[in-house]
This record gives sequence, C-alpha cells and structure tokens, in this order.
Amino acid sequence: MAVEIKLPTVLRTQADGQASVAVEGATVGEVFTTLVERYPGLRGNLLDDAGSLHKFVNVYKDDDDIRYLDGLDTKLVDGDVLSILPAVAGGA
Amino acid sequence: MTAPFAQPILRLTESQYATIVGNCYDGLPNEACGLLLGPLGDGGATTGAITEARPCRNVDASAVTYTVDPRDMLGAMRAAEAAGTEIVGVWHSHTHTDAYPSPTDVRQAVDPGWMYVIVSLRDQMPVVRSYRIRGGEIAEVAVELARG
Repeated sequence: MAVEIKLPTVLRTQADGQASVAVEGATVGEVFTTLVERYPGLRGNLLDDAGSLHKFVNVYKDDDDIRYLDGLDTKLVDGDVLSILPAVAGGA
Repeated sequence: MTAPFAQPILRLTESQYATIVGNCYDGLPNEACGLLLGPLGDGGATTGAITEARPCRNVDASAVTYTVDPRDMLGAMRAAEAAGTEIVGVWHSHTHTDAYPSPTDVRQAVDPGWMYVIVSLRDQMPVVRSYRIRGGEIAEVAVELARG
C-alpha cells in the first residue's frame, strides 16, 4: 500500500528535490525504512542513532502527531499522508 | 564584506510588518513567533517576497525560548502548498535583548534557505531585523517595506 510523504524544503535536497514521495509500507517505521534506503541522506534527519524518531522532527499522519499515536509503529493504510516537519525553535 | 548569503533582501508589505510586530506585542511577556510564506524562484531559493505572515503559537509559552506549535507548522505547510508557495522564514521576538540571533537561534536554525526575522521589544520602539543562518554563520539581510 502506498502512502504519500510530504517533505519540508530543507530535506528535499536529500530526495532529488522532490516535495513529496510515494512509499509502500504498513507502518511509519516500514515506510521510513524504505524511504531512507532510497534516500540515505534523509536518515540522520529522521532517525537518531538508536533508530528512534529524531527529537527535532515531527511527523504527522494526516492531522495527528505520530508521537501521540504509536510512534514508528503507527499503522498506515493506502492513501494516508505523512507530513514531516522540522521543529522550529530558538530563543533569546 | 557582505556574506554571499545576505541576498535576496526581505520584502514585507506594511500590513505584514504590522502583523509581525503586533503578534510580538500580543505575545508579551512571552516570546512570540510566526511563519513567513512566499514563492521560490528559479533554482528553488526564496525570492525575498512574502505572500503571507502567519502568527503561530509558541508552545514553550516562555519569555526566553520559542517553539512553533507543530500543528501551526502543519497548517502553514498546507496553506503554502495550496497557494503554490513555501515556508520561507520564521519570526520571533526577543523581549529583553537585541534583534540579533542568540546562540540558541543559531544552533537550532533549521533551514539555511530561510529568513530569520527577529523583533526586539527591549526598547520603546520595536526593532525588526532579518538574517540568514548557515552552518553557524550569520548574515544580516536588509528588510524593505512596501505599501500594501
């Protein structure tokens, strides 16, 4: 089953300039595994050394933050849209 | 010497400027933040033109740090996609310090192509300045105001 992954501008250079990529997978983790196999440059932006979701990235399945679902185990169905968002932060 | 990434300049309308500064005052005593949307030119870089200034929630609710609410980031990403634009920058306020990127701002800068607008509310009048941040280096970008 294919899901659509929307990439922020900062990550597109690692994915041949594409704004969205269609990837097969039954969970977010499976989809990410396929995604980083295809575009290895994305790995360090999405996952930490332990293979968990990087703390500076947020992933939404449609309108829901996957951290409040089942994280990388969140199940996906055909047509789901995953949006990858960089954490935008700073301070004085 | 001007850093090579100090171009293009940031072009805001008076209305966008008022939105940004108003949002920063509304956020007091905490830092406020928002996202800038605009077109990308040939080669995929920002043109410096802004089509929308979207105030966002600061989920830190802090006077010294900000984090754009990811739900607002998602909304901005969708609005940009619908409008054929992109997120090209972010603004936030410094409530008691200069309008200059802090070490935290530099360390956490997410996109080397973005404009980083900082609004200082330390003095009687707001000070609005804009920067690009790449690889830990800071280049100030001129801000031009246009009617509208």
